Amino acid sequence: MKDRIRKATRHVNQNEGLIFEKSSAGKAAWRLPPLDVPEVDPSKLLGSSARKDMGNMPEVSEIEIIRHFTRLSTWNYAIDLGMYPLGSCTMKYNPRVNEAVARVEGIANGHPYQPEKISQGALQILKTLSECLIEITGMNAITLQPAAGAHGEMTGLLMVRAYHQSQGNARKKILIPDSAHGTNPATAAMVNYAVENLKSDSRGMVDIGALEAQMSGDVAALMLTNPNTLGVFEQDIHKIADILHAKGGLLYMDGANMNALVGKVRPGDFGVDVMHLNLHKTFSTPHGGGGPGSGPVAIKKILEPFLPTPVVVTKADGTLGFDYNRPQSVGRVRAFYGNFGMFVRALAYIQANGPDGLRQTTEDAVLNANYIRKGLEGAYDLPYSTPTMHEVVFSDKLQAKKGVRTMDIAKRLIDYGFHPYTTAFPLIVPGALMIEPTESESKEEMDLFIDAMKSIAEEVEEDPQTVLDAPHSTRVSRLDETAAARKPVLRWKPTV
Amino acid sequence: MRYLPKSPADREAMLKAIGLRSVDELFAPIPAEYRLSRDLRVPRQMAESEIVDYFRERSRENGEGYTSFLGAGAYAHYRPVIIDSLISRGEFLTAYTPYQAEISQGTLQSIFEFQTMICELTGMEVANASMYDGSTAAAEAVMMAVRLTGRRSVVVARSLHPEYREVLATYATHQGMPLSVAGFGDDGRLNLKELEKSITAETAAVLIQSPNFFGTIEDVAAIAEVAHKHGAMLVVSIAEAVSLGIVEPPREADVIAMEAQSFGVPIGFGGPYCGVIATREKFVRQMPGRLVGQTVDRQGKRGFVLTLATREQHIRREKATSNICTNQALVALMVNIFMTVYGKVGLKELAKQNLAKAAYAAGKFAKQGKVLFAGAPRFNEFVVETKEDPYAINSRLLGHKIVGGLPLKKFYPDLGNAALWCCTELTTRNSIDTAVGLVADRDGSAPSTKEEAGVEEVAR
Repeated sequence: MKDRIRKATRHVNQNEGLIFEKSSAGKAAWRLPPLDVPEVDPSKLLGSSARKDMGNMPEVSEIEIIRHFTRLSTWNYAIDLGMYPLGSCTMKYNPRVNEAVARVEGIANGHPYQPEKISQGALQILKTLSECLIEITGMNAITLQPAAGAHGEMTGLLMVRAYHQSQGNARKKILIPDSAHGTNPATAAMVNYAVENLKSDSRGMVDIGALEAQMSGDVAALMLTNPNTLGVFEQDIHKIADILHAKGGLLYMDGANMNALVGKVRPGDFGVDVMHLNLHKTFSTPHGGGGPGSGPVAIKKILEPFLPTPVVVTKADGTLGFDYNRPQSVGRVRAFYGNFGMFVRALAYIQANGPDGLRQTTEDAVLNANYIRKGLEGAYDLPYSTPTMHEVVFSDKLQAKKGVRTMDIAKRLIDYGFHPYTTAFPLIVPGALMIEPTESESKEEMDLFIDAMKSIAEEVEEDPQTVLDAPHSTRVSRLDETAAARKPVLRWKPTV
Repeated sequence: MRYLPKSPADREAMLKAIGLRSVDELFAPIPAEYRLSRDLRVPRQMAESEIVDYFRERSRENGEGYTSFLGAGAYAHYRPVIIDSLISRGEFLTAYTPYQAEISQGTLQSIFEFQTMICELTGMEVANASMYDGSTAAAEAVMMAVRLTGRRSVVVARSLHPEYREVLATYATHQGMPLSVAGFGDDGRLNLKELEKSITAETAAVLIQSPNFFGTIEDVAAIAEVAHKHGAMLVVSIAEAVSLGIVEPPREADVIAMEAQSFGVPIGFGGPYCGVIATREKFVRQMPGRLVGQTVDRQGKRGFVLTLATREQHIRREKATSNICTNQALVALMVNIFMTVYGKVGLKELAKQNLAKAAYAAGKFAKQGKVLFAGAPRFNEFVVETKEDPYAINSRLLGHKIVGGLPLKKFYPDLGNAALWCCTELTTRNSIDTAVGLVADRDGSAPSTKEEAGVEEVAR
């Protein structure tokens, strides 16, 4: 079977222990300059607060650290190595100029409390990015403060709550479609709203009848992902917005899938009142192995009084500054102003694209997903035949007959040189394979992917065990997650 | 567009394969009345060289070339070069959350090492793989204590970073968590009598910071005793991680909520930073955030996985310990490399230099005026009280390309003309002497009201 694998070749990588296992007393990777002020005696200055013991911190040299982390890095898959088709995660190319400009002296080292007079550069970046994102979303105002998508959700719902409170009733519930990300219900709970599930219809869209029945004066908002997690654009979006608005509710949009819309349609134009963006998805800031992200929240005018403090304003003399005097604000959601370094990267991305590039990006993302959909139809079960945008969700229904599930197919995909797609999500599709190629994939890379997926489908028929035992080419085989959770070992300890 | 790997012919071929004539057909599901028929009003497509120029210009408008005495939760420490060399490797930079363990062992093992070192430094038994920042980590740590104790109210030290307090207030509002504030004494430390008065049988947690916002090291043991006596948990926030090289960690705490920015993370106008929560093993199932655990593969080989995911939102949805998903992984990797570079001996020596610089500067200031809170030990920050308005002083310093201490009246009106100064290993004796000289310049002679008008505006 192995001759079918065209993209990847096995090659040597290095073994590497834990850094603590390389440590020995007297090795060092640091050197401080000579002290230009008098030495101090810590025990005299700190008394009983002086630290006595540094525990088992490592002692290693610089070359060992370089090799250690370089070796570890070679055990990772990455966008830089190839397609990373995780649905809903938007693993697109992370441009290197973004990294370069984030490291320019005054941008990397500006202090959040330095006087506004010498912070005009940073303030200008905040303002320009805000204006771009407001235009892209079709909303009226924005806060950049939230540190990630889920944090943005919380900020958005806090504003929803503050708005309803200002109307005399905070309301009780948030409606959330059954296809939603787990962060949506978790966020609603953090803002002390009850969660009510909303069923999807046979097209994979919000069931309008169910929405009408469930909508009441108790509902604060509907949290809608659009396109939803099936990659389906909610065609009845205007009806959805109308139903909510008629009973005083607000429409929250989870912007996780904004990569399908930028430059083609604006949520503000189709009735959304509040939404978050993920700069680490749509706007190309790197995922970095799990973060940092950034989750700006864009809003309609009615929510503006409730924005977190501070807000960037243009002062009477034309310079920029922060406005802290906002009596109706929901307060702060994070110290300082948010993940500023991500704003720099996102703005650099917008500049590199311009209006034409942003539109072409969206078109290519949707084109790529539909190309894969077409390429895999027949080989995998497509539970919803509704047209899809930037991602497509198959199921493992055909392969399950041979005892092979979505996770097994995903693990086999690793041997073919690809990162797996998102498995077992959305929850409304049993055994889901959720695929989002993004615009960053060439036709060649996608042809290889389609080939690999088809080849695995054939393997399932001819030799399912190969798939069940996958991956075969990685430095570790499938890991025992049950044992890890039953008796957690969460840190290294010296052997006595 | 240079990031898009397709030729017009590729697009044609793909459309044909799908069975479409034009790309517009792919957007047919969007009701026509909403489709955008014009260009977005964003900057035009720019060349890479233009983008670099744009940000260099912004950089010049942003304090480039100034010497700064600001700390207050964002600290200027030297960043070893290899941090950026290593985190720039695409395999770290452009990887996703390590859910697929077999091809994420690099990230997973490095997080395991990070968790270990945070435990070693804080004296705790478990640490998570990062939170957004110190402020949200503190808020989440308090909510963790609320779940663990089944109580709801919280006592917060007034000497906790004021913006951390604001964040906690935002998080607590709708959780029905009443907050009360305990003040500080003449030595800058938490007033134990006020703590005793504020704490009740309903108190879930006492939240303090050490070194606190004024740089003063709290008597954690004494505070823990009071908290524990009333059945409350003690949550300690650490905003200046370098202090751990020389200050005894708050081992009496039940939860530590840390900001690790000091460990190799650029100040970057306030973010991205790296929050961490560390605690006792027995509390781990109420801890928010990702955790990496050691396990074995089918051949018995050591490997690492994300574990205890039943606490998290993607499994538990509305019953999760937190809604956190994306964290600060790459920043945690910076922190990890920094801790590895300095290690057991270097961290101590580094912290010692910070201590020495701040002691020298505070001594100099004390000769010219008043250094507040002298009665308790401090690390690398101290509070200077002047007769002259600190905004006026800072305005004068700015003319010499020096950013003076943070005027505290914005957060603590009762502290009048006090300002919070910070020295690190990067602060030179020369710059300290210059700054002290400039502060003393006018102090003692009251400035005319005419001069005063507008200085606050300039120096803010």
